[in-house]
Amino acid sequence: MQNQRIVIVGAGHAAVQLVASLRQEGHAGEILLVGDEPGLPYQRPPLSKGFMKDGDADRLALRPASFYEKNAITRLDGVRVTAVDRAERVLTTADGERIGYDQLVLATGARNVRPPIEGADHASVVELRTLAHAEDIRKRLARARRAIVVGGGFIGLEFAAMAEAAGVATVVLEAGARLMARAVSPAISERFLSLHRAAGTTIRLDAAAARIEAPGGGAPDRVTLADGEVLEGDVVLVATGVRPNVELAQAAGLAVDNGIVVDGQLATADPAISAIGDCASVPGPLGTHMRLESVQAATDQARHLARRLQHGASEAFEAVPWFWSDQGDAKLQIAGLTTAADAWQPVGEDVVIGLRSGRLISVETINQPGPHMAARKLLAAAEPVSAAELAAADWDLRALAKERQGAAGPARPEAARTAP
Amino acid sequence: MTKIVYVATDGSRTEVEARDGDSVMRTALANDVEGIVGECGGSMMCATCHVIVDEAWAEKVGPRSDGEEDLLDGAATEPRPTSRLSCQITVRPELDGLVVHLPEAQM
Ligand SMILES: Cc1cc2nc3c(=O)[nH]c(=O)nc-3n(C[C@H](O)[C@H](O)[C@H](O)COP(=O)(O)OP(=O)(O)OC[C@H]3O[C@@H](n4cnc5c(N)ncnc54)[C@H](O)[C@@H]3O)c2cc1C
Repeated sequence: MQNQRIVIVGAGHAAVQLVASLRQEGHAGEILLVGDEPGLPYQRPPLSKGFMKDGDADRLALRPASFYEKNAITRLDGVRVTAVDRAERVLTTADGERIGYDQLVLATGARNVRPPIEGADHASVVELRTLAHAEDIRKRLARARRAIVVGGGFIGLEFAAMAEAAGVATVVLEAGARLMARAVSPAISERFLSLHRAAGTTIRLDAAAARIEAPGGGAPDRVTLADGEVLEGDVVLVATGVRPNVELAQAAGLAVDNGIVVDGQLATADPAISAIGDCASVPGPLGTHMRLESVQAATDQARHLARRLQHGASEAFEAVPWFWSDQGDAKLQIAGLTTAADAWQPVGEDVVIGLRSGRLISVETINQPGPHMAARKLLAAAEPVSAAELAAADWDLRALAKERQGAAGPARPEAARTAP
Repeated sequence: MTKIVYVATDGSRTEVEARDGDSVMRTALANDVEGIVGECGGSMMCATCHVIVDEAWAEKVGPRSDGEEDLLDGAATEPRPTSRLSCQITVRPELDGLVVHLPEAQM
């Protein structure tokens, strides 16, 4: 596939890793990166974390402009792709320009859902997905004394921690019974509930927002709850999850089911079209398709796809999922698939081990990087870790990882020890 | 501006002008230095920005933090006594001329 022209739609985490890996793997053909956002591709995680504090957009770029020049990547920013003609292998942009491809990669990411709450789509209700959103929020926060967050997921809670720390009295409304319910165990939800409350944030569970009013012009925003209670704030953030950007694929007749459906080679049914990152539904370890929203999934998939595009099909994509969320001083780290666990074993206050059919499937840790890294090693091992083995090691993940490594001999080549 | 020198495994040196306050990881990415990944963007989450601080600089750079130690344990290249996560080293005027060595692998 040496001289093929590879076109990537979307210029986020997945796309940028893909172009870097394609060149590393030796792809010599043309590479076009087409993204609809302005400027250099940037990192999203800091938008709800450090960027809220320092507002330093320069630090967000994934790679400098020189990277794209040096690697001969043609970068089209602010360009939206509106159609894929699979028969002709041509894309159409919003400006009517046509771009031909040999291989097309959809890395279109996701966008925020606008929940079925009256007024949630009002222009002065804020959301957070892009740098433009984050800049808007920072401006609003600078003048705000009270913030209301609709949605107690990662982004809503990260934002709340930053806002509260900046002296903005913040209320988080969560319609469900616990925080981050889609992604963490009940014990972790509980821990974060107390951490946020201790930091001064008001967290309301089982609190469904029914209506949002954001009149602007100095008048306060108002959120009406399902039971009629009315809250007032200076800024309202709606953070109730995302939906994958699948419309291009769908219109082109490709299968879509909570994401663009791909096989273990990250290819769609059209051998000239692949999909990676937040927009892709990928075969997972449990025999079902899964769509993960994380930097790890985006970049690991990108590396796998680069190898396949350059060297041909090999083993199916497989990687241990990991994720993090910084909320105030608490750094939550997740390894594996927490939501697939059927039993949880807490180890102290800051580690929760998830099991599925008596085998290790996930580990959640708070400010415990050692156990987190050990968990990633254990989850990546060919031999699954049983509950019995964990119990025998006193649920000490680090000790178990060391023990297994010792049994298997040094995992790293000797040479690594003597260099540089 | 503070000068930072990155030495690759083949001995080649890349000198860059760093912005004080940035991390040594961020500086590498901003200047296109190969051999540092920084997957998590400096959240101390991934151990893909491992560097080995030159012996002559080790003291000035200072010791690892607790969590850093743990992450380095999981790094792709066996950590050495002066290994650090470069996201945890903040560029400051005293580090002008800092030399760090890149490991064989970050992933
Ligand atoms: C505030 C925030 C905090 C986060 N924190 C974390 C975290 O701590 N840890 C973690 O692992 N993950 C985190 N995430 C999730 C992580 O950022 C995503 O999983 C990651 O960005 C996915 O990368 P991607 O390339 O698939 O999609 P994106 O980064 O979303 O990139 C897709 C790009 O494609 C563009 N696009 C879409 N359609 C078109 C089109 N038709 N034409 C042209 N361009 C198009 C989009 O505008 C976008 O720029 C966070 C996300 C947000 C928003």
